[in-house]
Amino acid sequence: MEIAFYLSGLVAVLATLGVISNTNPVHALLYLIVSLIAVALVFFSLGAPFAGALEIIVYAGAIMVLFVFVVMMLNLGEAVVAQERAWLRPRTWLGPALLAGVLLVTLVGTLWRGDIGLVIEGETLTAKAVGTLLFGPWLLIVELAAILLLAALVTASHVGRLRPPEKPPTDRESGARKEAS
Amino acid sequence: MNGVPLDHALVLASILFTLGLAGLMIRRNMVFVLMSLEIMLNAAGLAFIAGGTAWGQPEGQAMFLLVITLAAAEASVGLALLIQLNQRFKTLDTDAVSRMRG
Repeated sequence: MEIAFYLSGLVAVLATLGVISNTNPVHALLYLIVSLIAVALVFFSLGAPFAGALEIIVYAGAIMVLFVFVVMMLNLGEAVVAQERAWLRPRTWLGPALLAGVLLVTLVGTLWRGDIGLVIEGETLTAKAVGTLLFGPWLLIVELAAILLLAALVTASHVGRLRPPEKPPTDRESGARKEAS
Repeated sequence: MNGVPLDHALVLASILFTLGLAGLMIRRNMVFVLMSLEIMLNAAGLAFIAGGTAWGQPEGQAMFLLVITLAAAEASVGLALLIQLNQRFKTLDTDAVSRMRG
C-alpha cells in the first residue's frame, strides 16, 4: 500500500508537470488524464475506494471527455503550438514559478514543523458510510449541490450557444428585445 | 513501515496545488488555465481525502463529492466561455478580453 501511494504520487506529480509545460493542448489533456488516474490510485491506496472510483468516472471520464470535445470543436492546429512556444519563454515563467516555489517551501515547512503524527493505516471506508452521511445529516448540502449543478447547466447552455446566422432584425423582434433588456 | 504518514499525503496535495497555481499564472491560453484550475481543485480534494482517511471518518469522501460537483460546474461554464471567446475573438488568449464592456 505504501509503495502504491508513493509510486502513484510520483506519477501524478510528473504528469502534472507535463500538463503545465506542454505546448500542445491535446498532449496536455492526455497528461492531465494520466495525472487524475494516478490521484485515483492514491485514493485507492489510502483506503477511499468510493472516492477513487468517482475520480475515475466523473473526473477522468466525464469532465475530461468534455475538455476533449471542446478542444476538438476549437480545431487547434500547428499555429497554436507555435504560439504557445513563443509565449513559454523563461522570462515569462521564471517569476511565477519562483513565487509558486516559495509558496510550496512555506507549505511544506509548516507541515514539517507541525508534527501531526497521524498515520493513515489504509482501513477501507466503504460507500455505505459515505451514503449514510450524505443522505442523513448532509441532505441539505446535497440539495444545494444539485441546485449548483442546475445553475451551471442553465449558464452553460445560455453562454455556450452559437451565434445565429445574421439576419436583418424585423421591427417586432427589436421591440421585443428592447422590452426584454 | 506501516501506513502512510498524513504529512506525506498533505505534502503531495501541496505539490499538486502549487503546480496548478504555477500553471495558472504562467499560461495565457484559456484551455491551459482551465486545466490548471482542475488540477488545483483536485489537489484540494486529495487533502480532504487524506484528512478523512487519517481520522477514519467518511466526511472526507463526502466533501470530495462536493468538490467534484464544483469542478464539474466550473468546467462546464468555463468551457462555454471558452467557446464564446474562440468564436468572437478568434483567439484563446485571455488578454484579448481584458477590457470588458457591459
